Amino acid sequence: MKDFLFVYRSDFSNRPQTSPEEMQANTKRWMDWIGTIAAQNKLTDRGNRLDLNGKVLRPDNMVTDGPYTEIKESLAGYSIVKANSLEEALELAKGCPILTAGGNVEVREISVM
Amino acid sequence: MDERELIPHLFRTEYSKITAVLCRLFGFEQIETAEDIASDTFLSASELWGLKGLPEHPVAWLYTVAKNKAKNYLKHQAVFQQKITPQLKHQVTGTDIPEIDLSPQNIHDSQLQMIFAICHPAITAEAQIGLALRILCGFGVNEIADAFLTNRETIAKRLQRAKDKLRTAQVALTFPPPSEIDKRLETVLRTLYLLFNEGYYSSSHDNTLRKELCFEAMRLTKLLLDNPATNQPSANALLALMSFHASRFDARIDNTGEIVLYADQDPNRWDQALIQQGEHFLNIASEGDKLSRYHLEAGIAWWHTIKADTKEKWECILQLYNHLLQLEYSPMAALNRTYALSKANGKEEAIAAAEKLALDHLHLYQLLMGELYQELSPAKARAHFEKALQLAASAADKKIIEARLRGCAD
Repeated sequence: MKDFLFVYRSDFSNRPQTSPEEMQANTKRWMDWIGTIAAQNKLTDRGNRLDLNGKVLRPDNMVTDGPYTEIKESLAGYSIVKANSLEEALELAKGCPILTAGGNVEVREISVM
Repeated sequence: MDERELIPHLFRTEYSKITAVLCRLFGFEQIETAEDIASDTFLSASELWGLKGLPEHPVAWLYTVAKNKAKNYLKHQAVFQQKITPQLKHQVTGTDIPEIDLSPQNIHDSQLQMIFAICHPAITAEAQIGLALRILCGFGVNEIADAFLTNRETIAKRLQRAKDKLRTAQVALTFPPPSEIDKRLETVLRTLYLLFNEGYYSSSHDNTLRKELCFEAMRLTKLLLDNPATNQPSANALLALMSFHASRFDARIDNTGEIVLYADQDPNRWDQALIQQGEHFLNIASEGDKLSRYHLEAGIAWWHTIKADTKEKWECILQLYNHLLQLEYSPMAALNRTYALSKANGKEEAIAAAEKLALDHLHLYQLLMGELYQELSPAKARAHFEKALQLAASAADKKIIEARLRGCAD
């Protein structure tokens, strides 16, 4: 089995205000989806959500705001799963709650250094 | 209690204390000597108490006799085998025999150190459980063999090998240093939980023996809570978990010794005192900032002390299983999680999740699938129950599945 990185992306600028109930329902969807992967013994690391705020360090110590304003898809979080192939990893990514919220999941094999 | 009942009772409670104290004094490499002196003490008791009647304070009598036997042994060693004495943990010079301290404090410390010595990563979990039963719980080799459904010789060999290995690893009867305690405590808790499960889930028919195993595991876990260094949230959570499970011990078995499934149990037969004990320790466990698998499992077990099926109950259980599986995968947790998923989110979603588990080879998987399909597709349910029947190993499991198959026919 190899490790694969799930990179979650979504459009932060276009996110509607959510009520506490909706947020709770959203958390449940994520937990149930992650739980289904863990129940297959294929979760390496649940990973984390990423805060919206960030800076980018560029050459010559130039610091800019994150590229979020320009780009529709911002980095929202990541997880690490186990699978035998990219196809199998993609299969695991199906059902990710971010897909129903206009986002996407990028799946990348992690090559061990 | 006359002496015929009292001696086995005292053996269970005092043998391990005497062995632990003497072993701490002699060093772990001489554990057999400590065991021999403890056994010998009980042999003297059974001879003398039968003739002369019970002493006024039987426990004090045992301690005095054990002390004298230990002193005689040390004197004998000091005089005849100067080679042995330098190895004694407490140096013996000439005929200066150390005080043998059977005070409550020293008994407690010695037993706790013995728990850490036995639950040592140098030996397998199975060997740890065997040694714990023998040395910490005073079980006889025959009883251990019954619990493991094997014979006396196998257990005797297993115990001997385990002791040899611990000697080779130079395991000492000391308390682990603070830097190691968390990691070592983890092994201890795991072994105590396995010991409990050995009693709770064993297919041994000796129900009294199984119950004793469970209560011994709880007693040893309590020992950990009496010491500030080991009185940690995870240990409290483990005791809570054991208490909730143990509360259903009597309700799980009917008058004929058959297993009663959770759904068919009479909640009036659940032991409320044990449920309250579990709640007490779970409250204490929640004071820390670390969430162990025992916290999550205790939470799941707590929800099971409430019989009524509510949406909230199964939603909470599902989230606890989601979390538990992220901490530590096990096929049982994966199957139980799928059942909770069916209760919280519906059967179709649970079936889809179950098909991804790759656990088709387990009879419990087939049994679960049969349950999930029962209303959606009776034909599929029957096929799964039939597969379950082929895969089940024990007679008790087969009986449960046959009952389900009969239910399908109507």
